[in-house]
Amino acid sequence: MKCPRIVRFAGLAMAGSLLVVACGNDNAEPSAQTTKPTAGATITVYSGRSEKLIAPVLADFTAKTGIEVDLRAGDSGEMAALLVTEGDASPADLFFSQDAGALGAVESAELLATLPQETLDMVDPAYRSQDGRWVATSGRMRVLVYNPGLTSEADLPASVDDLLDAKWKGRIGFAPTNASWQSFVTALRVLRGEDAARAWLEGFAANDPIAYEKNGVVRDAVNSGEVAVGLVNHYYLYEKILAEGQDAVKAKNHYFRNGDPGSLVNVAGVGILRSSKNVAAAQALVDYLLSKDGQTYFAEKIFEYPVASGVAQYDELPSLADIAPPSIDLSDLSSIEATQELLSDVGLLTK
Amino acid sequence: MNVGRRVRVPAPLALPAVAAAVIALIPAFYLATQAFARGAGNVWDEIFQSRTWDLIVRSTWLTAVVTAASIVVGTVGAWVTTRVALPGRAVLLVLFALPLAIPSYLSAFAWISWQPGLEGFWGAVIVLTCACYPYVMLPVAAALRGLDSTQEDVARSLGRTQRQVMWGLVLPQVRPSITAGGLLVALYVLSDFGAVAAMRYETFTWVIYGAYRAGFNPSRAAILSLVLVAAALILVTLESRARGRAGAVRIGSGVGRNRRNTASPRAVVGAVVASLSIIGVGLGVPVVSVISWLGRETQRSVPWADVRGAILDSFLIGLLTAIATILVALPVGIAASRYRSRFSSAVERSTYVTHALPGIVIAISVVYAGIRLLRPWYQKLPLLVLGQLLIFLPLAVAAIRNSIEQSSARIEEAAKSLGAGTMATIRRVTVPLALPGIGAAAALTMLNAMKELPTTLLLRPTGWETLATSIWKYSTVSDYSAVGPYALTLMIVTAVPTAIVTSLTVLRVSRPSSAGRQG
Repeated sequence: MKCPRIVRFAGLAMAGSLLVVACGNDNAEPSAQTTKPTAGATITVYSGRSEKLIAPVLADFTAKTGIEVDLRAGDSGEMAALLVTEGDASPADLFFSQDAGALGAVESAELLATLPQETLDMVDPAYRSQDGRWVATSGRMRVLVYNPGLTSEADLPASVDDLLDAKWKGRIGFAPTNASWQSFVTALRVLRGEDAARAWLEGFAANDPIAYEKNGVVRDAVNSGEVAVGLVNHYYLYEKILAEGQDAVKAKNHYFRNGDPGSLVNVAGVGILRSSKNVAAAQALVDYLLSKDGQTYFAEKIFEYPVASGVAQYDELPSLADIAPPSIDLSDLSSIEATQELLSDVGLLTK
Repeated sequence: MNVGRRVRVPAPLALPAVAAAVIALIPAFYLATQAFARGAGNVWDEIFQSRTWDLIVRSTWLTAVVTAASIVVGTVGAWVTTRVALPGRAVLLVLFALPLAIPSYLSAFAWISWQPGLEGFWGAVIVLTCACYPYVMLPVAAALRGLDSTQEDVARSLGRTQRQVMWGLVLPQVRPSITAGGLLVALYVLSDFGAVAAMRYETFTWVIYGAYRAGFNPSRAAILSLVLVAAALILVTLESRARGRAGAVRIGSGVGRNRRNTASPRAVVGAVVASLSIIGVGLGVPVVSVISWLGRETQRSVPWADVRGAILDSFLIGLLTAIATILVALPVGIAASRYRSRFSSAVERSTYVTHALPGIVIAISVVYAGIRLLRPWYQKLPLLVLGQLLIFLPLAVAAIRNSIEQSSARIEEAAKSLGAGTMATIRRVTVPLALPGIGAAAALTMLNAMKELPTTLLLRPTGWETLATSIWKYSTVSDYSAVGPYALTLMIVTAVPTAIVTSLTVLRVSRPSSAGRQG
C-alpha cells in the first residue's frame, strides 16, 4: 500500500525542514480581494466553538447560500496556535473563536483581513476589534446560579465582594479550569489592579469554595443542593431547562449589576483570514451570522446574547442595558497566562 | 562469533535506521528552530522562571512515583501470570493488559466523576499507573516465561530459598525488561496532559498547553518543550546505564521442560488478591463509569451510523499508522538488538525523545513542516499518520527489540556459518524470529493510534471523526450520555489489538528449546 511512500516522504520532510530553516518561508502575499461567484464555493472554517453548538447555524447558512462549509473544530487557543503556525499558507478562510483573546492573537500575527465598515457597524464598538479585523457574533454573561431552597433571594450578593462574606463559606461552587472563570479573574485584574485582584482571590479561597470540573457540573451541583450558589455563564441554566424540562430544574440565575465585575460579558466572534482565496464566501458567512436569522439562532437556540440586527435576547434574560455589565476593552482580557499563574499561586487552580 | 561484542551495523540496515532517527527528530528540529528564532537570551528568560522550576520538580516527582508504581504493579502482574498456578492465566494476562485500551483522559474523568476527592497528586498517580504498568508487565512476563528454569532448580538444590532465588537470580535476569518498560512509562508521564489536567495536578505540560491555549504563543510553547526534550535525553541515558549490557543477547536457549509452579498456598492467596485489585482499579472503575453514562439517559437512541463511521475512521488511521511505524521501527529494532554499538544505541535513543512531548507539540511541529514542504498532503492522511508515528515509534522499537532479544542469537550464527550473508541472515532468520515482536508492535501502535486525541484533532483530514474525537466532541459540551457509546466502543474495539499484543509478546515466547516452537 502506501507504506514505502510514507517512509520516503518522511525522509524528504526531514531534509526539507532543514532547508526551511536555512531559507525561511517566502512571504508571497496572495490577493485577498479575489472575488469568486460564491454559490457552490466551499469555505474552510477553523472553529474554537464546539461543532455541536454551531453545526445547525452553519447548515442553515449552506441551505440558504449554497456555500459549503468544511469545519475543523478544536480548542480556540489551539486553533489560534495552528493558524499562527500555518501563517499565510493556511487553508482556513474564517476563524470562529469562542473568545476575543484567540482572535486578538491571530490579529496581532497579522493574519486577519480588515472587515468592511458596514459589517463592523452592525456591532457595538465594545464587541469588535479596534482595528476592524474581527467582530463578535454573540455574548455570554457571568452569573451566580443559586438554589432557592438553600438561600433566600434577599440574601443573594449584590457584588462579587459579598461572596467573601463568611456566610458563604463552603457553599460556593466554581470551575477553576474553565476559560470563562479565568476571563472573569482577568477582568478583575484589569478593572481593579493586580493587588486588589489577588486580595479578592485570597478572600475567595479562604471561603473554601468547592471546585468542579466544568460549569455544567457546577450548575448541577447547585441544582441538586450540593452547594447553594455557583459562578457560571448565564446560559447553562437554560440548557438544563431545555434538556430536562422546567419542573426538573430548581436552580435560578442571579445577576450582578451596576458594573460589578461579576457580570463580565465575553464574546464569541469571527475574523476572515488575510490569506483566504474565498473572501467573498467567507464574508457571506460573517454577514449571515450577524443577520437576523443567525442572531436569532444564537438568542433562541443556545440562549446567548445577540449582538446585531436588533434581535432581542431570550425572553427569560434581562437586557444588557438593565444589567450594565462592567465596561472593559475585550482585548485587555488576553493575559490569561498571568491569570493562571495568579490562580495557581493563591491555590485556586490546582491541587 | 560477534555475539555480545560491539559490531558494525551493515549499511543496508544502517541507512533506514538513520532515516528513522531523522524522522523521529522532526519535532526536536522544529522546537529548536522555533525556540531560538528570537535569540538564545529569550530562551533562557522563558526557562529560568521560578514557576518553571517548581513545575519541573512536580513533574519529576510524579514521574518517579508513577514509574516506581508501574514497575511494582507490572512486575507483580507478570509474576502472577507466569509463576503462580492460577486457572486461566492467559485470560488473566489479557485482563491485566486491558487498561492499555483505555485512554488516560477517559479513565481520569471516570475516576473523578466517581470519587471527586481523588483530585490531585494521588489521583494522577492512580490513573497514570493504570495506564502505564502494562508497558512493564508485558516485557517482564515475556522475560520470565523465557527464563531457563534449570538455573533456578540448580540454585534451589544448592540450598537457596525461594526468596533468594527471586532476588538473586530471577530479578537480575529480567532487569533489562523492567528498565526498558520503566523508560517508556517515565516518558509517557512527562508527556501526559489529559490525566493531570482532569486531576488538576499541575505539571510541566500545563504551562506548555497554557502557552497554546491561553497565551496563543507557539514559540513560548516550543521553548518550554525543549525542557522535556532534555529530560527525555537524561532518562534515556540513565536507562541505558541501568540496562547494562548483560542479558542483552541470549546465547543458549536452555531446556524446554514444564516449569514447576513453586508458589506456596500463601503466595496463591496473595496473587489472587493482587489480581483482583489490579483488575478492579485499572479496568473496573473506568468500565463501570462509562456504562453508567450510557444508562443516564435511556430514551435517546444511539447514533449507530455515526459510531460505525467513527470505528471505520479509527481503524483505518490505526492500521496505516501501524504499517508505517513498523517499517520505520524494524531496522532500528534489529540494529539495537543484534548489532549493539554506540551508533545503534544512538539511533535507538533518538527515536525515544519524542515520546516525552505532549501530542499538541508534535502536531504543531508536523503542521510546521507539513504546510511548508508537503502541502498536497496537508490535512490528509499521510501527515496524520506521520504525527502518530512520531509518538508511537519508541513503543514499536521496544517491542521489536524485546522480541528479538528473547530469541537465541545462535541461530543467526548458524546461518552465517552455513554461508548466508549478513543481509540474507537478517532477512531469512532475524526478521522471521522477530515476527511475534513485529505483530505485537503493530497491534500496540494501532491501539494507541485509535485512542490518540490531540494530534488527531489538529491533523485529521477534514470531516474525519474517530472514536477519540467523538468522545472529545461531546465531552466538551458535557454531554456524557452521548460520550458513552463512543467510549464503550473504543474500549471494546481496542481490546482486540490489546489481546493480540499480549499473546504475541508473552504467550508466544518460546519456552526454551528450538526457536519458533511455541511454548
